Amino acid sequence: MPNLTAPLKTDLQNAARKLRRLVVQSLAKAASGHPGGSLGMADVFTALFFGGFVRHDPKNPHWAQRDRVVLSNGHICPILYATLAARGYFPEAWLDSLRQVDSHLQGHPALNKTPGVEMSTGSLGHGIATAVGMALALRLDRSDSRVYALMGDGELQEGLCWEAFMAAAHYRLSNLVVIIDRNDAQIDGKTTEIMNIDPLDQKLASFGFQVITVDGHSFESLFDALNAAQSAVDRPVALIANTVMGKGVSFMEKEGHKWHGKAPSTEQATLALKEIGA
Amino acid sequence: MKATRDAFGQALLELGRENANVVALTADLGESVKTGAFAKEFPARFFQMGIAEANMVDVAAGMATVGKIPFATTFAIFGTGRAWESVRNTVGYPKLNVKIACTHSGLGVGEDGASHQALEDVAVMRVIPGMTVVVPADYPSAYKATKAVAAHVGPCYLRLGRPSVKVVYEKEFDFTIGKANLLRDGSDIAFVANGPCLAFALEAADELAKQGVKAAVADFHTVKPLDVDTLVRLAERCKRIVTCEEHNVIGGLGSACAEALAKKRPTPMRMVGTQDTFGESGKYQDLWKKYGIDAAGILKAARELL
Repeated sequence: MPNLTAPLKTDLQNAARKLRRLVVQSLAKAASGHPGGSLGMADVFTALFFGGFVRHDPKNPHWAQRDRVVLSNGHICPILYATLAARGYFPEAWLDSLRQVDSHLQGHPALNKTPGVEMSTGSLGHGIATAVGMALALRLDRSDSRVYALMGDGELQEGLCWEAFMAAAHYRLSNLVVIIDRNDAQIDGKTTEIMNIDPLDQKLASFGFQVITVDGHSFESLFDALNAAQSAVDRPVALIANTVMGKGVSFMEKEGHKWHGKAPSTEQATLALKEIGA
Repeated sequence: MKATRDAFGQALLELGRENANVVALTADLGESVKTGAFAKEFPARFFQMGIAEANMVDVAAGMATVGKIPFATTFAIFGTGRAWESVRNTVGYPKLNVKIACTHSGLGVGEDGASHQALEDVAVMRVIPGMTVVVPADYPSAYKATKAVAAHVGPCYLRLGRPSVKVVYEKEFDFTIGKANLLRDGSDIAFVANGPCLAFALEAADELAKQGVKAAVADFHTVKPLDVDTLVRLAERCKRIVTCEEHNVIGGLGSACAEALAKKRPTPMRMVGTQDTFGESGKYQDLWKKYGIDAAGILKAARELL
């Protein structure tokens, strides 16, 4: 079980800063894409990939014993790409080609184009359902690999998510950890106003999940929850990670959902990078 | 007379014995789609997914990434219609080794009516890049088709039927995906058929033979990739082609042949199938007759060309 020591915490803070920098740089260069959720989930990605939770081997992306991380809200792939690059799946220089023709890095994750991407996602709701399939197949193989499915809160408005949740609970998939980016923001506004998904914790619990609510920007909180998730026995675990869209860049934090799918201009990127300080 | 869905059930059971990676999923229709024998012998590899087809297809896709060979089974209307975007985005786009195996295709559903009669499934599967589309005609070929799609690495759509249909392949035969089977040679007109229409085409050819007209009959069980070489050879030799399918003439076998011939060898054609219309309730034999999906319908189309 990973333990959050003081030196590790410093390392994680530095890693998160770097991921945020890579996100801003790649999006500014692409001049399109989704910064809000990417920055908001930077700490979760850091905990998973730098905190010792995800078992993986960047030099061997198809290693059978690896844990699977499926990004169901595929639009925040800039943070996935930044993480994979920083962990050595591919050169950081690839990030400059985000969303460009002939790039390895598509606007939404593509299974056969990017090392480390576990599933083509982007159309919401599919990633979680495929994660359920992975968890079922891994259990059939008596594998102790875990599947982490990362989702957006707006995504939960897709009915398919609840079909997948139903199946995950029915099959008691204790090897499945769902992490929901609870930033209460989607393209058109606040999730609670567009189509309310609350009370989310009660809904997930009634669907058969072990539900843990965490501060998605606190490594202490994330470590506690991710460690608890590792000892799940008879049911899937859902982490509701409270996050702030655009976290780390004050003008994005202030404007919330407006930064769901708008890339920063060169000037805005300069400001953002100064604030991030990596 | 045997149903293609029964051949599927038998072949699936044998595949289960031959390959531990073969798994089956169904959406509350196990009895109808004939996964029962597999489920009984391999309970751990059988997954009841409830009435949630989009999720079933995605779950199958996830399993394929772990090395399984999943057969996702339901009625054609649900597996290709309700779940279309799952097939497109999580099976087709990532090129995963998932088999969408659907029974109760076409008017053969009968009394349940138009809501359950998939007459556009071949079209919507065929349009997905990299998707193999197979429509077997009878029990022996459906048995071999099931084995063939399991052996083929990549996304496949296998279209099966509910009713018992005539056995066309009585002797030993070869079944290769993408390779049409010429069942009868002829020089005046060619019937390019699949599914239950293959038997009707043979019947129509018998009728024409009485009048001295030599009709070739070919089983185009694979709609994609289409056997263009055989099609062009038939067009060159017979100069007239009638396509025969239990499907809307828009987007199915007829369209696939017209697309190929327009480029390679423009040929006068007629297309037997439903003519851009929904079906209705009724006995399937009555529906086939009403919608011209029988020997009489094929003869009528042939006479327009002869």
